[in-house]
Formats: sequence, C-alpha cells, structure tokens
Amino acid sequence: MLGLEKKDFRLLLIVIGLTLFAPFILNPFPAGSELAQFNAGYPDLMQRFVIFGIFAIGFNILFGLTGYLSFGHAAFLGVGSYSAVWMFKLLSMNVLPAIILSVIISGLFALVIGFVSLRRSGIYFSILTLAFAQMSFALAYSVLTPITGGETGLQLALDDPRVLGAAQTASGNIPVPALFGLEMRSSYEMSVGAWTFTFNAGYYLAALIMVLSFYLAIRIFRSPFGMMLRAIKSNQTRMSYTGLNARPYTLAAFVISGMYAGLAGGLMASMDPLAGAERMQWTASGEVVLMTILGGAGTLIGPVLGAGMIKYFENIFSKINSQILHDWFGFLPDGLEDFVVTLIYPFVGKGWHLTLGIVFMLVVIFLPGGLVQGGQKIAAAFRRKKSEKASSGATKPAE
Amino acid sequence: MGILEVKGINKRFGGLQALGDVNLSVEENTVHAIIGPNGAGKSTLLNVLVGKLIPDSGSVMFDGQSVLGRKPHEINQMGISRVFQTPEIFSDLTVFENVMIPCFAKRDGAFRMHAISSVMSEKGIRAQAEEILADVNMLEKRDVVTSSLSRGDKRRLEMAMCLVQDPKLLLLDEPTAGMARADTENTINLLKEIRTKRGITMAIIEHDMNVVFSLAERITVLAQGTPLVEDIPENIKGHPKVREAYLGEAQV
Repeated sequence: MLGLEKKDFRLLLIVIGLTLFAPFILNPFPAGSELAQFNAGYPDLMQRFVIFGIFAIGFNILFGLTGYLSFGHAAFLGVGSYSAVWMFKLLSMNVLPAIILSVIISGLFALVIGFVSLRRSGIYFSILTLAFAQMSFALAYSVLTPITGGETGLQLALDDPRVLGAAQTASGNIPVPALFGLEMRSSYEMSVGAWTFTFNAGYYLAALIMVLSFYLAIRIFRSPFGMMLRAIKSNQTRMSYTGLNARPYTLAAFVISGMYAGLAGGLMASMDPLAGAERMQWTASGEVVLMTILGGAGTLIGPVLGAGMIKYFENIFSKINSQILHDWFGFLPDGLEDFVVTLIYPFVGKGWHLTLGIVFMLVVIFLPGGLVQGGQKIAAAFRRKKSEKASSGATKPAE
Repeated sequence: MGILEVKGINKRFGGLQALGDVNLSVEENTVHAIIGPNGAGKSTLLNVLVGKLIPDSGSVMFDGQSVLGRKPHEINQMGISRVFQTPEIFSDLTVFENVMIPCFAKRDGAFRMHAISSVMSEKGIRAQAEEILADVNMLEKRDVVTSSLSRGDKRRLEMAMCLVQDPKLLLLDEPTAGMARADTENTINLLKEIRTKRGITMAIIEHDMNVVFSLAERITVLAQGTPLVEDIPENIKGHPKVREAYLGEAQV
C-alpha cells in the first residue's frame, strides 16, 4: 500500500490513528479531577508533540542512518521560524507560503553548513555543526538584530506591510496565522460527561504534516538512497572502494534533515507567530539528540516517541510541586509524609531534568536501541510466554 | 601493453624510500602475483594503485587512462576492485544488502538520488545479487547480518561484492592472511574457479608461497621498494636473487 510493505504500512496507520485521536488519548482524566493535571491534551502541548516529532524524524534521517551526529540542528529550526515570521510580516498571514519558505531557506542554510561540516566526520563533524549553530545564535542575538529582532525576538507589528493581506484587522489588532481563513488557534471543544476534549485547527494541520513527513521518512529508509546511508554508517572504506562517493550522499541527508528542522520551525511560528534566538541555542540542538537516542536512533517510530516523552516531561512532570506531593502522600503519618515528600521533591517540578537524566541513562545503558528496543523486548517476552503455554500441553522432548 | 602499466613510481615517507623506481606491467587475463619480504613496499604499491596514496613521481595507467590524482571511488568506477587483508564489508547490513550496493554502484555511478523508490522494487538488481550469491554458495545466508558471519564467509562475501561489479582488474591484498589451512585451501579454490569461469585479470599480493604458486601466472618480486625480477613462476622458484632477498624468510 502506498509503496510500503505491510509492516511499514501498519506502522503508518498506527501513527495516523494516534495523531487523529490524540485529543482523546492525551486526555484520559476528567476535567475537574485531581489527575487532570496529567492531561496533555491541550492544543499548545499537542502542537509541540507533533512539531518536535517532525524535528526528530528529520534528525534521525541524518543521525540514525548515516551516524553523523549533528549538534547544531536547532540552527535550522531557528532559521525556519525566522523565515516564517518574515513571511507573515511581508506577505500575508497564510501559513502555507510561510511554511514553504521556511523549508526552502533552511534547506539552503543546511546546504552551506553541511558542505563545510561534512569535510570531517565523527567528533570533528559534531564540533563543526555546533560551532556553526552557536555562531548563528550569536549573530541572531546581536549583529543581525534588524533581521532577527535580537534579544526581544522577531514579532509581528501593526505596521507590517503584509502585501497580500491586511496589516491589521478591522478592530485594529494584529491578525493571526491562518490557513485560507482557518485560524490556527481556533478550537472546538467537546464535552462528554466530565471529560472535555479540545480539537485544535493548528494541531491538526501540524499533525497532518507530521504524518506526511513520517511517510516520507519511511520511503527514504526503504529506498536505495537509505540503504546507501546505512552503508556509510557501516563502512566508509568499503563504500569508496565500491565506487560510491559518500560525500553527496551525506550532504543530501544533511540537507533533507535540515529541511525537516526548518519545517518544524516554520510550523512553530505558524502556531505562535514569533521567533527568538534561543530557538537556535545549543541546548535546543542537544534536545533533539536526546529525543532521537531516547526513542531509538535509526528506528522509524523511535524519534517520535522520544520527542513525545521529553515534551511530556517538560510540560507535565514539571508541574508537580510540593503542594501536590503533600496531597498525594497525605495519608501517611506526618513525619513520614514530610520525609517521603523531601525524598521525591528533587525529582519532580523544577527537578524534572533530573528524572529525565536518570531515564536517559537507564535507556542508554540497558536499552541502547531506545524505547523501541524496550518495546520489542517486552513483545518478545510475551510471545515466548504464549508459545510456552501453547507447548506446555504437548509432550516435552526428552533432553 | 598491459591493462595496468606502472612506470617509474617513487614514494618517500620522510627518510624512508618506500618505493624506488617501480615498473610493473599487468597483462590482461593473467594472475599476476607481487611478492617480497616484509617492508618491500607491496602494500604501498597497492595503495598507490587504488588512489589511497599519491606517489612523488611516476605514472600509473589503467586501460589507457591515468589513475593518479583520482579518488578511490573514481578508480573503482574505472574497473579496479579491491579485496582487503581483513574483509571490508558493510557489517551492519545483511548479506543481500551487501551485494546489492555494488550492483547499484555499477548501474548508477558514484551518486544517484533515488530516495523515494523502494529497494525491493529493483528487480534487476535483486536478480543480479541473487545470482552472485548463488555463485559463491551464500544464497541461504542472504538475510544474515554480516557481522555474525565466519571469517571465511566474510571473505567470500567481499569477493562476491567485487565480482558482481565485473571488474577489469581485481586487486587482492593477502587474501589468505591469518587463515586456517582449510580456509586457505577454500580461498585458493574459489579464486581458481573465478579465474577459469570469469577470466578476470588479478593482481595479488601474498605472503603464502603455496597460494602464490598455485595461482600466479606471472610473478614480480619486490625488495626494498624496487622490483628485483619479473618472470613466470617456474623461473622464480630457483632464482638466486629471490633466494637472497628472502634469506631466512621462507622456503622458495
């Protein structure tokens, strides 16, 4: 189906199902209940899930397939965001041209950075990409202020030209990003009993684009081009003695993943039309590395899972404060309650990084293939149990 | 005029003259062995031929074109394939993928962007890969990830990867180094088979005199970076100069 093998097609269907029903899946708790704070089904976070999913899928095409670890991918994300906001300022508030421009500009940017950085491999490549990204960050923060808005970031203003749209709305406000009139922030709320589910236009646009990106990534993984990229990771010596030039292959992979990052950046700006230099900082580049490794580098679904997990931690886990902990452990005797809360407190709320770090360490040590490998191990264990049950009735062979 | 013509090659590493005025001519459709004691410059010569090293002076002509200054992948595209001392294969990929890659390289050249088509839809490439795997008796291992293959199988796979490109010249760098007796015999038989079946021109660097004398049709003896003699195997065996060079090294 769609040029995919059965297994890949099933995976695509799962991803489509998950993104389509995300407003339900992420809101399992009734709105008024104590557990409602664990609901992740609000537009802002759902958008972030899929946008960072796109970012990680693209990063995985470079890192997962070729093994080239870029430490500067946030630069492309930032460039994408700036391009999109400029499009909103100059052309119109339609997100489509903004997204297209952000992909093109970040692709060109990736071509230049990749051309230089890919002269080296291994740690030197990583350092070169890091240096480029930090340079971009520093430029955006200071020298390029007329283009990037410097410290305050690039924002829309009432006197922007917007040649194909209105500079301001009838009521004198800055218009909001929309897709042919469909505002990105518009939502439809559905109440079922105590539950409230929010369906947001921006989320569904981003989700649609993520599904398309995911489909494209599967095609790349299964193509001769994808096989060549894996060959580069495996043995560059044999690669060149087989008559293949590794450079254009790695550069193509680098540009493709840069365009994915730019797409994510453009979408980010489409949901919330501003762009700041901090989007290009090295911590943002490091984040996508963590997402990919946590989920499983080189696997198809891994990066999406990793992105979801990290964004969930960042937004939900970080909300647990000491008051909530005291509520939870209120049933314990006073002294013990305080003790338990003191013990747990550093790992939640502002300390969510600590928990994430521990999870990351455990994954890298015990599941080098990431969460996907964990899932496979569990599935294999279940299968073994099942077959044991099935065979226990049969006569056992003499051993 | 041979298919490979090496003329007046010099290569220095600092104070060491690795190759001094090397001339070599490999005739089409022969197995040409290059032997010599350790440090004779055999590997340096091979690295010059495949574009890994650039000599200080001299010329290397292959099939009427100069090889010098070209990158390894360009030289491969001219028709020179190389088998390494320790098999260089794509160890994270399956056996089948390993042989498909040279098929793609042969058909599409050094780079071609087919990012959307599926590998599985490439029927011609698959048939070609299956054929060569059947030839080296590895078809039943097609879905094995190659890092788990035995050393002998890795060698056969590497050979298959080179052969599927139908090279005009196959360079072999000590193909039996570190092998057990039985594996060595197998490799010799495999090479003989390739020779009779496909008539491929080969240049082979080897330490094992048993291998050399059972395969070679012409032998060049290198010592201290210079060719001593070049002749047919029968004349090399008792040659006084060769004895001198090898004194204490091996029974010639």
